[in-house]
Amino acid sequence: MARMKFICDAERCIECNGCVTACKAEHDVPWGVNRRRVVTLNDGVPGERSISVACMHCSDAPCMAVCPVDCFYRTDEGVVLHDKDVCIGCGYCSYACPFGAPQFPTNGTFGLRGKMDKCTFCAGGPEANGSDAENEKYGRNRLAEGKLPACAEMCSTKALLGGDGDVVADIFRTRVLQRGKGSEVWGWGTAYGKPTGTKS
Amino acid sequence: MTLKTTVVIVSLAAVLSACEKPQVAQTRKADAQPWSGTSEPAFAASGWKAGDERSWEEQMRNRAQGQNEYARAAVK
Repeated sequence: MARMKFICDAERCIECNGCVTACKAEHDVPWGVNRRRVVTLNDGVPGERSISVACMHCSDAPCMAVCPVDCFYRTDEGVVLHDKDVCIGCGYCSYACPFGAPQFPTNGTFGLRGKMDKCTFCAGGPEANGSDAENEKYGRNRLAEGKLPACAEMCSTKALLGGDGDVVADIFRTRVLQRGKGSEVWGWGTAYGKPTGTKS
Repeated sequence: MTLKTTVVIVSLAAVLSACEKPQVAQTRKADAQPWSGTSEPAFAASGWKAGDERSWEEQMRNRAQGQNEYARAAVK
């Protein structure tokens, strides 16, 4: 049984926001709602690191634990989803989530808080797979189409990996073994070769 | 309380009760399995059979290898 997971390789992410754009376009996510974001640490400082963040589909999801109306569920593939017809938009999940994944669309003059929206791992919701109702509420159901999340598949540097946790971990492990660690990964020597000590 | 007041209160209660939205306890709906396929087969990726769990899992594994450049290019 597949257990779906995301992993973002901070050594590779170039903060292009391609994943954010892919997600927005794939699901027609409304203005003000960001199912995925790129967060940069030490922005502008040499050695800065960026990481793409969305719902991590936690094995022991705190959003599920605190939801007063029990609108969350976990699929057999380990994807945490929710039923928008049950959600009351209280925001408890937003406070509980350590990644800031739950998003709340606002509408109307007074910014009425709508029902929660978050990354679905491109797995839609409880409506029929690929139906108009599912598409309208949750976006595309790429898993039911035999595809992986658009953000991961569109990532230009393959920093963001998504899919079966075992497969993704194998890909990442192979990569780390190939490229080495520390100064082997980042720096002049890696980009242009080791200095020879002769003047040109 | 006069009869008139009583009639007003009762009629007001009757009118306002019509404004009450019927309250139905919403329960979470059951979700279909992703390997059961989509209602829009035109968008489905080729290489697997809808309704076949093994075939879908194999498709997921194969598809994930598209993210592995070491599987696409020869490693020196």
